[in-house]
Amino acid sequence: MQKGNASILFEKPPAVGCWGCIAGKKEAEGPLGGGLDRTETDDRLGQETWEAAESELQRRTARLTLKKAGLKAADIRYLFAGDLLGQLTATSFGVRELGIPLFGLYGACSTMGEAMALAAVTVHAGAADRVLAMASSHFATAEKQFRFPLGYGAQRPSSASWTVTGCGAVVVENRETAAGPETSGGCAVTIAGVTPGRIVDAGIRDSMNMGAAMAPAAAHTICRNLEDLQTDLSYYDRIITGDLGEVGSRALLDLLKKEGLDLEPVHADCGKEIYDRKRQDVHAGGSGSGCCAVTLCARILPNLRAGIWKRVLFLPTGALLSPVSFNEGRSVPGIAHGIILEACSLRD
Amino acid sequence: MEIDKKEYQEYIKTITPVFPLWKNMLRAFVTGGAICTLGQGIRSGLQALGAGEEQTAVFQILALILLSVVLTGLGVYPKLVQWGGAGALVPITGFANSVAAPAIENQAEGDVFGVGCKIFTISGPVILYGVLASWVLGLLYWAGLRLGIFL
Repeated sequence: MQKGNASILFEKPPAVGCWGCIAGKKEAEGPLGGGLDRTETDDRLGQETWEAAESELQRRTARLTLKKAGLKAADIRYLFAGDLLGQLTATSFGVRELGIPLFGLYGACSTMGEAMALAAVTVHAGAADRVLAMASSHFATAEKQFRFPLGYGAQRPSSASWTVTGCGAVVVENRETAAGPETSGGCAVTIAGVTPGRIVDAGIRDSMNMGAAMAPAAAHTICRNLEDLQTDLSYYDRIITGDLGEVGSRALLDLLKKEGLDLEPVHADCGKEIYDRKRQDVHAGGSGSGCCAVTLCARILPNLRAGIWKRVLFLPTGALLSPVSFNEGRSVPGIAHGIILEACSLRD
Repeated sequence: MEIDKKEYQEYIKTITPVFPLWKNMLRAFVTGGAICTLGQGIRSGLQALGAGEEQTAVFQILALILLSVVLTGLGVYPKLVQWGGAGALVPITGFANSVAAPAIENQAEGDVFGVGCKIFTISGPVILYGVLASWVLGLLYWAGLRLGIFL
């Protein structure tokens, strides 16, 4: 059902049947380490190049998630996936052997939100019974594409974030019509609705301060969501933004304060959750499309399944800059997609 | 909700942490000083072995470049820069690092389009504008000589 200007509430919310995530050593040493399905200690994953390594990361995550769910690739009708690289290199090469029809997505660090929104809409519309949404990032490929070669010495400013080496995937399905084996033995989490975000550009030009560039987009989507649903912040147990990090989170709280909203009690940020910023040298926090995807699978979905949270607004944020736009001195457009996740127990 | 861009950009400046200037300058001084002391050590050592002035100067530079390239390959040099900032970037070791890093990174794209095309992606501007600057200064010096400002 369409709600307000941009939101959708599903009459029959698609279920998140199963999920899986793989991340690197640094992420495993962080607070979410215990929630990972697998840790890759070799950053190259046995591949010749960094790009091939990220592709391998996607391949392994997709296979692991399917295995956990007791499914075969043929049981998945469509795949919604993306990464940070130009022309979606990691995704295209990573999923080619799976043989699942692919929608390749680019939403920078918000890709997981975009993939889940499209997956839920597709399943709810009856266009597919079971789809897979996936997003990845790799520290080395992102550095190479957006910043400097790994071996080059450049001092990172305190506002810079650390790109997560990781990949997360979720199976989104219609439990009544999906054929094949029952995944995860019972409903755990549903996607109750979505609020796709629009581009918000506050004129920030510093690519080393992406949190600041994305915070206005996050604020906008939160306001849109509450307005469309005619509700307030108490509706959610948590609002978990993508990867705003230290600076962006503070900016978001202040922006919403101006709108009369006190977000702080319910706010968390994937970029701040994934690393221990005191112990691990990551400056403002984690980023990359893998950041939200891994935090979702390692922390958010398990907490919803366990009933610790009942309703969460998962809000991956993206900084839609390119190396060219940055060199040309243009600003960083931000985007944030809101995904309403509910524990199944909420409906029983 | 509407955002006043100008106001927001000003606000962001106030909440973005910056490096402590004095601490950074001290670290740069220590790092840069250590690299230069090492260079002087190599030079003095060679001279003590009886090498000539010109030879020691060349060997000293070559030794520092070699050291920097090896440390780049081992992934140590970026850590040195993260700690020491400009102290590690300004000496010739920093320049060597800026050439070696892209060469290593882009090796997989081949000897021509990878290493060949991309080896100077970081140091290219330094070389280009360094040559240009020396040309301009040379011209000024020449004019100064002609006008009797320099003797």
